[in-house]
Amino acid sequence: MNDKIRVLVAKPGLDGHDRGAKVIARAFRDAGFEVIYTGLRQTPEQVVHAALQEDVDVVGLSVLSGAHMTLCPRIMELMKKESLDDVLVVAGGIIPDQDISKLKELGVSEIFQPGASTEDIIAYIRANVRKK
Amino acid sequence: MAKDVTDGTRKKPSERIRPFTTISGVPVNQLYTAGDIRQLDYEKDLADPGNPPYTRGIYSNMYQGKLWTMRQFSGFGMAEDTNERFHYLLKNGQDGLSVAFHLPTLMGYDSDHSMSEGEVGKCGVAIDSLADMETLFKGIPLDKISTSMTTNAPAAILWSMYLAVAEKQGVDWKQLRGTIQNDILKEYIAQKTYIFPPRPSMKLIVDTFDFGSKHVPQWNTISISGYHIREAGSTALQELAFTLYDGIEYVQWAIRAGLDVDDFAPRLSFFFNAHNDLFEEVAKYRAARKIWYKVMTGRFKCKNPKSAVLRFHTQTAGCSLTAQQPYNNIVRVAVQALAAVLGGTQSLHTNSLDETLALPTEHAARTALRTQQILAHESGIPGTADPFGGSYFLERLTLDMEKGCLEYFEQLDALGGMVAAIENGFPQRELQNASYEYQKAIERGDKIVVGVNDFVLEGEPPIDVLVIDESVAARQISKLRKLREIRDNGHVRAALEELRKAAKADSVNMMPYILDCTRAYATLGEICDELRAVYGVYEEPAY
Repeated sequence: MNDKIRVLVAKPGLDGHDRGAKVIARAFRDAGFEVIYTGLRQTPEQVVHAALQEDVDVVGLSVLSGAHMTLCPRIMELMKKESLDDVLVVAGGIIPDQDISKLKELGVSEIFQPGASTEDIIAYIRANVRKK
Repeated sequence: MAKDVTDGTRKKPSERIRPFTTISGVPVNQLYTAGDIRQLDYEKDLADPGNPPYTRGIYSNMYQGKLWTMRQFSGFGMAEDTNERFHYLLKNGQDGLSVAFHLPTLMGYDSDHSMSEGEVGKCGVAIDSLADMETLFKGIPLDKISTSMTTNAPAAILWSMYLAVAEKQGVDWKQLRGTIQNDILKEYIAQKTYIFPPRPSMKLIVDTFDFGSKHVPQWNTISISGYHIREAGSTALQELAFTLYDGIEYVQWAIRAGLDVDDFAPRLSFFFNAHNDLFEEVAKYRAARKIWYKVMTGRFKCKNPKSAVLRFHTQTAGCSLTAQQPYNNIVRVAVQALAAVLGGTQSLHTNSLDETLALPTEHAARTALRTQQILAHESGIPGTADPFGGSYFLERLTLDMEKGCLEYFEQLDALGGMVAAIENGFPQRELQNASYEYQKAIERGDKIVVGVNDFVLEGEPPIDVLVIDESVAARQISKLRKLREIRDNGHVRAALEELRKAAKADSVNMMPYILDCTRAYATLGEICDELRAVYGVYEEPAY
């Protein structure tokens, strides 16, 4: 098994704000992760399909449009269906406090809000990946 | 109880971070003197406001003549919800309207399309057809206000809907004032709400220039935007250079299509960001006017003096605001708005303090508007034109901004223009590098963001945010389906068929065909589907 942590950075929904996704993808690469970026406007089905095909350890979802409470539950449901239970899912973007506990109940491990540092995100992934 | 933890990244609070640079990473000297601007020639480089090259402003009396237009961008939920917010803003002293559309509208999808799920009414107002546009402007006489519409890929369609509402209100198009953003180049570079590939998109834009100059003469048919380029992580210089070069590209395409530069150039307008670094921002606006004057008179040999005057809207920098200690954002916005006013902006949007969390609450939106009113009526700053003009530091920065910009122009010329540069990925790479460098500078502690990497507060209580009612989508979809039942579908099909033929012909102006579709209550999604079928869709090159 390859030691490198494999991460899918995904932009589900219509949101085109990709500054954060691209910064984090590059920080992951600099940290030695293997990164697959989905590109923009992926449906939940496309995101989960890519996670499966690429055999990733981590899925990072970036949503800034307010559609996270529609897109994230759908993605988590599809991941369960595909038995991707061992994949660590994290999310970032414009996600208000009141949605965090609901997303965690659905199986999103951690939510990184605006201002989170790439170092903290990388440290979190290293500490929690392949633990399930 | 919130606890102050000012340990941050610095060793001790009095420690200064060296070297000193602007927020864009440009070195700053300890002092600027007359020696730094020895080359400055007053008449050639500055001149009095209202005189070429307009560095000091485009009107001789500037804000003594007329204050900037306070134009707050808003839109959420259904057309009814936003119409109510518009009436509220107009009652509170706002001068002009600025419409935020939801993502499905910006991407050319109807609210019931599968890609629209979860997005309806979230980032803006849901507009599917003329019926929604009629509701949006209910009780608002279109000859009395000016309206800005932030739409790019489907700009011609939403403008057509607005023109159709004017017809229904009995308002002559010649009286209409407003702006469509209609700037697709910065979408490929930065904001990414594109639909069609660059070349047909440019054709649609040139069609709006031509149509506007003939039929809607007071309308700004484009707002060439640096705002989103900056938000996507560019430096101030990159924002300036790419935006002005986008302007050059539009002018070139229009001239190549056979338009006379002086017919459309006076209706070109610009839109810049206002970030935190006050002097760098003021220098950016002053350099923009000067460079555009030189471009229009030099490259394009315009004869109408109005063709060479750069008018611009400003918005404070959403990307500078923090989710941590959100009330601090009021102060950031005040500094940024001050830069815009010192830079001679024609209109201004001030962001709300809660923007990093959600769409603004009514209270946050009002505070943002009040910030402008305090600057306008209490600060004394609008009393005189270009009050910082002659500052050694500002003039040096303005000259440097111009020099850096012209260097980028050379690179872009060598790449064969902006469309070619975008296809090459050049501006996109420049932005990715700059945004990554900035993030690293923050994480190293080379740049301090108050409340984020220093002066941190733990255990902050959350603030109230606006929540978009999830029932909006269901109500909007049922309204849309009802429209599809009651309209004359034969008429709709015929109009769409004509539209497709015109798009295929590629030689006729598309505006009359789009107008006919909107008048028949064809939906935005239906119109875009016809255009997608002919033009294709754009896919970003792999990252």
